[in-house]
Amino acid sequence: MKARVIVTLKSAVLDPQGKAIEGALRSLGVAGVQSVRQGKVFDVELAGNDKVAAEGALKDACDKLLANTVIETYKVEFAD
Amino acid sequence: MKAAVLLFPGSNREGDAARALRLVTGKEPAVVWHAETELPQGTDLVVLPGGFSYGDYLRCGAIAARANIMTAVRAHAAKGGMVLGICNGFQILCEAGLLPGVLVRNAKLRFVCREVFLRVERADTAFTKAYRKGDLLRIPVAHGEGNYTADPATIQMLEAEGRVAFRYARVDGQIDEADGPNGAIHGIAGIYSDKLNVLGMMPHPENHVDPVVGPVDGRGLFESIAGALKAA
Repeated sequence: MKARVIVTLKSAVLDPQGKAIEGALRSLGVAGVQSVRQGKVFDVELAGNDKVAAEGALKDACDKLLANTVIETYKVEFAD
Repeated sequence: MKAAVLLFPGSNREGDAARALRLVTGKEPAVVWHAETELPQGTDLVVLPGGFSYGDYLRCGAIAARANIMTAVRAHAAKGGMVLGICNGFQILCEAGLLPGVLVRNAKLRFVCREVFLRVERADTAFTKAYRKGDLLRIPVAHGEGNYTADPATIQMLEAEGRVAFRYARVDGQIDEADGPNGAIHGIAGIYSDKLNVLGMMPHPENHVDPVVGPVDGRGLFESIAGALKAA
């Protein structure tokens, strides 16, 4: 089973990297960009087909390592 | 005193931390590999040195914080044992949950490598007895992710409990967040755990311990630790 974990900064946390990218996009003339925030994506392959178990394992992975919940939030998506 | 300097893949300041301890305390510290499960018998100070453990992969200090040896460090800290994290060591302590908050990318996105003024916020802890409150120390910083932050309740708690160890200051001793090296909230350069036995700081006191190199303002930190452990 394939899953995607998306980790992003909480909205209250300043993201200077996102701001720099936003500025670069503006200077490139890309139209309509209002703001950019940078995050991380983890593509994870899991054994078996038990989605509930997989969700539990990925939540565990996020809480223990993939996200720092002081500043980040995460969500899990499954590829169908 | 018996010190242990931890070594993670990518640590690169363990030699300087060990040298500072040797120079100031006269005792040779043990260097302990991250995969060990126990600290040497009788360890009373654990030092997490600077560097780039695991290449700063994922987040600075995130992977080192989950190393085997950290279970022993947690137990040591829970018993009241002294722990000092410098630079990447501070990042590891935050990631390990031994200190609150987190160190994020410098506000101006630059790696900052220069000397700063640090204001000693209190001189009654085991780490700072050799200083006076309000002393300004000349200590270097060298980091890209030293911008300390935490949620407002945590910052309020740290301030209320007197757990800010050092702040980045101007030469006149005033604190100016915007003028600091990394944008850290309230100019926070180092913090204590609730029992004041764990200290994490971004600047490198181990750099300034030898007159051959320059100022020796970092000596006081190691002298304080040695004094506290001798008295204990």
